[in-house]
Amino acid sequence: MQRIGVFVCWCGSNIAGTVDVQAVSDALKNEPGVVFSTNYQYMCSQAGQDMIIQAVKEHNLTGIVVCSCSPRMHEATFRRTAQAAGLNPYMVEIANIREQCSWVHKDIPIGTEKAIILGKAAVAKVNLNTPLTPGESPVTKRALVIGGGIAGIQTALDIADAGFPVDIVEKKPTIGGKMAQLDKTFPTLDCAACILTPKMVDVAQNGKIRIFSYSEVTDVKGFVGNFDVTIKKNARYVKEDICTGCGACVEKCPMKKVPNEFNLGMDNRSAIYIPFAQAVPKVATIDPNACNMLKNGKCGLCARVCAAGAIDYTQKDEYIEEKYGAIVVATGFNPISMDKFDEFAYNQSKDVITSLEFERLTNAAGPTAGKLLRPSDGKHPHTIVFVQCVGSRCDACAEKGKEYCSKICCMYTAKHAMLTRDKYPDTDVYVFYIDVRTPGKNFDEFYRRAVEEYGVHYVKGMVGKVVPEGDKLKVQASDLLSNKQLHIDADLVVLAAAIEPDKSARPLATMLTASMDTNDFFTEAHPKLRPVESPTAGVFLSGACQGPKDIPETVSQAGAAASKVIGLLAKDKLTGNPCIAHSNELMCNGCSSCERVCPYGAITYEDKEFRMPDRTTLVRRIAVVNPAVCQGCGACTVACPSGAMDLHGFASGQIMAEVDAICK
Amino acid sequence: MQMNEYKPLIVAFCCNWCSYAGADLAGNNRLNYPADVKIIRVPCSCRVNPMFILRAFQRGADGVIICGCHPGDCHYTSGNYYTRRRMAMLFSMLDYLGIEKERTRVEWVSAAEGAKFAATMNDFAEKVAALGENKRLEDLRCKR
Ligand SMILES: Cc1cc2nc3c(=O)[nH]c(=O)nc-3n(C[C@H](O)[C@H](O)[C@H](O)COP(=O)(O)OP(=O)(O)OC[C@H]3O[C@@H](n4cnc5c(N)ncnc54)[C@H](O)[C@@H]3O)c2cc1C
Ligand code: SF4
Ligand code: SF4
Ligand code: FES
Repeated sequence: MQRIGVFVCWCGSNIAGTVDVQAVSDALKNEPGVVFSTNYQYMCSQAGQDMIIQAVKEHNLTGIVVCSCSPRMHEATFRRTAQAAGLNPYMVEIANIREQCSWVHKDIPIGTEKAIILGKAAVAKVNLNTPLTPGESPVTKRALVIGGGIAGIQTALDIADAGFPVDIVEKKPTIGGKMAQLDKTFPTLDCAACILTPKMVDVAQNGKIRIFSYSEVTDVKGFVGNFDVTIKKNARYVKEDICTGCGACVEKCPMKKVPNEFNLGMDNRSAIYIPFAQAVPKVATIDPNACNMLKNGKCGLCARVCAAGAIDYTQKDEYIEEKYGAIVVATGFNPISMDKFDEFAYNQSKDVITSLEFERLTNAAGPTAGKLLRPSDGKHPHTIVFVQCVGSRCDACAEKGKEYCSKICCMYTAKHAMLTRDKYPDTDVYVFYIDVRTPGKNFDEFYRRAVEEYGVHYVKGMVGKVVPEGDKLKVQASDLLSNKQLHIDADLVVLAAAIEPDKSARPLATMLTASMDTNDFFTEAHPKLRPVESPTAGVFLSGACQGPKDIPETVSQAGAAASKVIGLLAKDKLTGNPCIAHSNELMCNGCSSCERVCPYGAITYEDKEFRMPDRTTLVRRIAVVNPAVCQGCGACTVACPSGAMDLHGFASGQIMAEVDAICK
Repeated sequence: MQMNEYKPLIVAFCCNWCSYAGADLAGNNRLNYPADVKIIRVPCSCRVNPMFILRAFQRGADGVIICGCHPGDCHYTSGNYYTRRRMAMLFSMLDYLGIEKERTRVEWVSAAEGAKFAATMNDFAEKVAALGENKRLEDLRCKR
């Protein structure tokens, strides 16, 4: 029989205002198992906790019920109190009489009655509590970063700086992400390459960092501190350790008409390629869809010109298995497809481009060597129309675009407009916007400079239609402030396309059992207080994969994620959650029902010998739960047809007792 | 007049990660709903065994509601899909036994949806109250 103490909290007047706390502690005195019951102003205060500790000692309590605020608030506090009093911390139950009682019911008799019932349910549960001890597991002191954009780069550098080994898995042939494609960056206008490429070199030269480029994660097993990850290194048909990145093969390759994805298809590359001059690793990659040798065995020129002998047409995809203690997701974003936005004639005219394409057109390393030329005829555009919010903040057109604000477009459009006017003062630049949002540091000043110093025409209103006519683009738009229809003959139209998470993020989230919102951005464990952790222990978030972000925000989140990882890897052991499933081997018939529903693969089977009463032995297959893998959802307990599977902390008997107490 | 005095007894199973937090948020925002609703915290909606629901009805509950995270948002990724399937079956069986469909419900309430939690409970309590007392499992009731 349990010896239970009940502690009813007033929470100042938060509870005591609508619940008669004296009546509650009096009523609970008579419940089975209760030997002590009291109430106090603030149970969570030091004095309140001391009171609990005192009572445990004085009355030899074995279980504690605290009637107070939500267990989400102070369950951990009172568990620590129990521990300090020499009790097992899991001998505590909380009756939530604040959030779920005093705050939602106004009438004192009604609130009091409900508080008593909730208290009774908690007492009934504690009567069946058993001491639980969390298991311990070791920590593999290595981190995995998925995605090698600025987010992944910064996270990896910070983790390595603390002395822990890090692997970066990047699906493209080089790290760098979107930032490598940008020209200059707001709000300071420093060139992206000048600030990014030194970091890429740091990554390459850091002895603690390994880069798996042109690779992807194909399987994740395990749990915080002990992830088993399978990495697929796609065959690049070039031996990475031998290739010197000299580029002789690229020059000689006869297949020169492959659209260059790094320049968003605005120029061509060869079948064997190095994405850009500062690529890391600076290693060539053969595109198997374009290479003649790989497609039909004819050519082999690159192997002949490669002095290092790095070309290997027989290379196969390679699977690498590695253990990690922590995983950081940094898979970034992409601009959405413009296919559904016919009104802007993106697919009809080469001179309607996206903002990322514009970045390449103004980039000295881009297809036009930094000269702003029209993709169609290579002429200088004299009138440029920028359209903001294409597919962003789209309530009505949710099937085409996104409901959220992409956050970075206002600023990069101001940047583009300003840079254009700076380099080509003879161009007329129009920006159509719904609102201009510039909340960052020095952002509003930046935008005002575009308007005031650079004379960019900002027009509040949406562009209704873009019609290619001759070598002009007829832009029809409305000016909402002067309530006029505008017709502009533009030479170039630039669409600030909404951004969305990388398409590979969702399957990755499933592998990691990390959650995502409806837009496929990774969700954080708590939107305010745990912004860089995912709800899955050991999985952290960095950069635009969690939500639209500019570079300064990405870098600060990357550093925050790294510090969380470092905190985890610095530990030698992790204590788990003891509220996990366990199967009763005498009742289990090895049917596999539980294994099929477990989302974590925590259940395995073993053949166990049972001594029968007639002294024979019987070998039976029984379910075994891996305590380090089980997360304690309880799916298996319901699936089990023989009632063998139960959950510590939320046992069937305990929940039944609560039901009984409530329905009495 | 007597009829208006009748208070239904409602058991709400809420998953720890979304709906229980949603209920807490309703509290934080002081959104009222009937005190007839008593919440039992479970780790995930998939922890709710049909047995618990039968027991509640045997012991005199007038309505049972299960709240979990929105599809796709379950903390354990897929628990709420099991809930949805299991409960669809259980509820139609209960309906067959005479426990009207309006007395049972599965609802997705996120941690951010305090208002939805309160609105759901108000609506559910009203529908259950309109049906009156639930006597269907009385003969099976395990009297102590
Ligand atoms: C047109 C434009 C202009 C911009 N201008 C500015 C500016 O001036 N100033 C500013 O501060 N910000 C600017 N930004 C925003 C900036 O680009 C982002 O803040 C930054 O790139 C986010 O970095 P990231 O690492 O999170 O994502 P990304 O740069 O998208 O990097 C993600 C990386 O992960 C890789 N990856 C994705 N999925 C996987 C997978 N499953 N496995 C392995 N690897 C994967 C990708 O290949 C990529 O390399 C601009 C953005 C755009 C579109
Ligand atoms: S409680 Fe959930 S995680 Fe644990 S073994 Fe059962 S199904 Fe798997
Ligand atoms: S479902 Fe139950 S009986 Fe079947 S294997 Fe799992 S624990 Fe054993
Ligand atoms: S955790 Fe909420 S439904 Fe599974």
